[in-house]
Amino acid sequence: MGNHTRFDFEHNVTGALADDQLRKNLRKAMDILVDKRRTVFPDSEYLEQLRSAGNAIKRRALKQLPRLLEQLEVNCTKNGIQVHWAEDTAEANRIVLDIMRRHEAPAIVKGKSMVSEEMHLNRFLDEQGLEAVETDLGEFIIQLNHETPSHIIVPAIHKNKDEVAAIFHDKIPDTPYTEDVEELTAIARRVLRKRFAAAKVGLSGVNFAIAETGTLLLVENEGNGRMCTTVPEVHVAVMGLEKVIEKLSDVPPLLRLLTGSATGQVITTYVNMISSPRKSGEKDGPKEVHLVILDNGRSRMLADPEFRQTLLCIRCGTCLNHCPVYVRIGGHAYGHVYPGPIGKILTPQMEGLERAGVLATASSLCGACGEVCPVRIPIPDLIRRLRNESYDQDGSAVVEGGGYKKNLAETLVWKGWELANRSPLLNGIGTRLAGKLGKRIPRVGPLKKWTRVRTSPKVARCSLHERARNEGVNNE
Amino acid sequence: MSNHTARERILARLHASGTEQTEVPDAPLPPPLSLDRDAKIERLAELMAAIRTEVHIVDTDAWLDKLKELAREKGWKRLLYGPEVPIGSAIETAWASDTEGLPELVAYTGPVETFKEDLFQMDAGITSVRAGVAETGVVVLWPTPHEPRLMSLVPTVHVAVLDADTIYNSLAEMIAVERWADGMPTNALLISGPSKTADIEFTLVFGVHGPKELVLLIRK
Amino acid sequence: MEKRVSPDQSDQIYFFGTCLMDAAYPDAGMAAIRLLEAQGVEVTFPQDQSCCGQPAYNSGFIREARAVARKQIRVFAKPYPIIVPSGSCAGMMKHHYPDLFAGTPDEADAHRFSERVYEWSEYLATVLEVKLEDRGDPLTITWHSSCHALREMDVIRYSKALIRQLKNVTLVELERETECCGFGGTFAVKQPAISAAMVKDKVADITRTGASTVVAGDCGCLMNITGAMQHAGVAIAGKHLAEFLWERTNG
Repeated sequence: MGNHTRFDFEHNVTGALADDQLRKNLRKAMDILVDKRRTVFPDSEYLEQLRSAGNAIKRRALKQLPRLLEQLEVNCTKNGIQVHWAEDTAEANRIVLDIMRRHEAPAIVKGKSMVSEEMHLNRFLDEQGLEAVETDLGEFIIQLNHETPSHIIVPAIHKNKDEVAAIFHDKIPDTPYTEDVEELTAIARRVLRKRFAAAKVGLSGVNFAIAETGTLLLVENEGNGRMCTTVPEVHVAVMGLEKVIEKLSDVPPLLRLLTGSATGQVITTYVNMISSPRKSGEKDGPKEVHLVILDNGRSRMLADPEFRQTLLCIRCGTCLNHCPVYVRIGGHAYGHVYPGPIGKILTPQMEGLERAGVLATASSLCGACGEVCPVRIPIPDLIRRLRNESYDQDGSAVVEGGGYKKNLAETLVWKGWELANRSPLLNGIGTRLAGKLGKRIPRVGPLKKWTRVRTSPKVARCSLHERARNEGVNNE
Repeated sequence: MSNHTARERILARLHASGTEQTEVPDAPLPPPLSLDRDAKIERLAELMAAIRTEVHIVDTDAWLDKLKELAREKGWKRLLYGPEVPIGSAIETAWASDTEGLPELVAYTGPVETFKEDLFQMDAGITSVRAGVAETGVVVLWPTPHEPRLMSLVPTVHVAVLDADTIYNSLAEMIAVERWADGMPTNALLISGPSKTADIEFTLVFGVHGPKELVLLIRK
Repeated sequence: MEKRVSPDQSDQIYFFGTCLMDAAYPDAGMAAIRLLEAQGVEVTFPQDQSCCGQPAYNSGFIREARAVARKQIRVFAKPYPIIVPSGSCAGMMKHHYPDLFAGTPDEADAHRFSERVYEWSEYLATVLEVKLEDRGDPLTITWHSSCHALREMDVIRYSKALIRQLKNVTLVELERETECCGFGGTFAVKQPAISAAMVKDKVADITRTGASTVVAGDCGCLMNITGAMQHAGVAIAGKHLAEFLWERTNG
């Protein structure tokens, strides 16, 4: 993943497309998620209004971002939450490590957190001889199998129950093979309850951080998030700096959009709002709460008015669920933490175009992601912008690695295309020539790729221009 | 705090980004829900029942009988409760006269560190509820020293006691009317059902980490 | 269906033939023109027109896209409505030209141009309120929605309304009608494996309907789908909506 092996998208895609079981699992799962979202938002007028409100709330938060982060820090501190700032993931990892060392914690129990994936925290702690225990059932499954999440919301979506049964049987001592999902879940409960009870430090992500009150809001269904943030003596929350919102009254619409878009739920089982560590007289809850605010390229995204919109994302994952590319290749093929349409715009900005720019080519620009995004991120427009940056024609690229694809051959092809389409004469000659050649056009380059699964396009002997002229249609 | 330079560098970049100069148009929220008392009860009960909450609407003075009935029926051995809240003392009184087939009452009186192991073995925990929200079907808890956070999480069954008159139309209404922005508790919780997961092939399973059952008594 | 009025109230309209129709589907182009003319409007096909610029626009070659788009803005100079037999090209001209020329001297012209753009079935159904008389034999077809006709132009209901006027035609809808066929312009050759998987599934969906013809409103999708069907030996015909309607009403 990411830093360790070279990212070869084409190789990943080939592998994913050859895996029939994977495609079957994905298709089934995506159909369910798409259907559930449709059911929870039956009134399109209501939904469109809610999406516009969500967009405005998040844009208002981004407009005030530095002030809101400072306000969040002030209020959290006042409440007793210790706030840390990390410019990059290495710094964030060190903060978590320091806290664990200070409490002599050999292990950390983790609730689901995409930022911790972004930090590659599990690998980092492992290198330090410490253990990270994933407790979300999906995360638990894939951690046992030494994998990373393939979906933002449903991390083990690529696995079916037979595969989970085999993983549990192989990786958890004294576990009989069972494909019964109830039993599999009970096994995870039994194993993880012991870990919760024993853990000194728990880690969570943050869905929304409310500046007004210094509150960290987390949504979940399983209760593992509540376990991680309540049972251990210390709770560490990690968040991307774009997670801050202005006030509590911003929560209801965002929450509705998040849970409805993510899993088609009116609301999750738990919405957990944490504003302080255990106060004097309280009998449970962590005695220390830490908040790590991570930048990792986000402040750079904020500096461009168009790319800034990437930071509106509330990580619901619905763009993945509706993406015709994601449903065919799955999350791992993207080779990075954030897959799917949001990953196509987020990853190249975080990792640079040279390393991840290829992701921007993996879209037919069908627009399905933009159509469902709960905060109206114009994902297709941002994908197109990344393609522009990849060639950086006017030297104005802002993403690292801008212009990395500049090459004479492609430039000449498009220059030729431009000339042909600006000159009626050349255009006519080109079409006539193609029409005359017909099937004799050599199948090289793009046409070779096209004809792998398709017949060659049939160029007509007589173009529409000629037909219109010959058959008496007005010109000018 | 732990790293002043990171903080200042990040904030400097954010200030320099130009984001503060952008114009953000207002977008109105969809019209709020407005229901009468019975409709609110009905909607909350319906939504929560739909995700496997066991909802019982009972007369205010009959709730303890219902609790006893459920306790016997489900065969709980031990019931975790908070003795210093009104429902706690009422339970003590009710249990004093009649213990046949009823679970042993266990009070959550010391810090969790003193009885963590025991806590994880508890059959059921009963808590009061601050409010309900009809629109999304949730009960709202602000755990207190008398009814700590883990009571609604660790026991196998969570019994929540809600007064019908405390049901709001929406989360937004509750936050505004109760002036949450003036001060948030250590922990505020919205709960809509028992703990659940669908992480394996979307097969819904209850009680993955938290309570396997949520029993809601709505006192009317 | 709401009645709309042509912006300049005249019976003069422009036809933008699209580059793919020009080269590969001239029959469909002529059918589209003839169906418009049959409603009593006068169609102008400027011979200097070429491509909307989308291929370059979506591939990172914004300068070339702008140069070609500017050419169209100049060529379609009169204030007539511009009728485009493709949701994708129409979407480019209606929704992306304003962005493409933002901050350039052509910005105002681009806006005026975009306001005049109509997708072909939209114009027939809403402005001309066409009444079609089916003269063909009973036939079962299916319909493929192009993503941009669906999401950028939102005109699928008009295309289908026209089909539903044909009394002998049974329309069986696809199971995954709103899913992309995998064309995506240069996407098909930049990510050929993914595109191939997408069109394969689309062909399977089309086959399951039992239809003998798949009708679509965009030549790009049509070229992709029919090319894949022929390659796989699937004996289902593919037709542009314009050609299909013309044949049904003049056959």
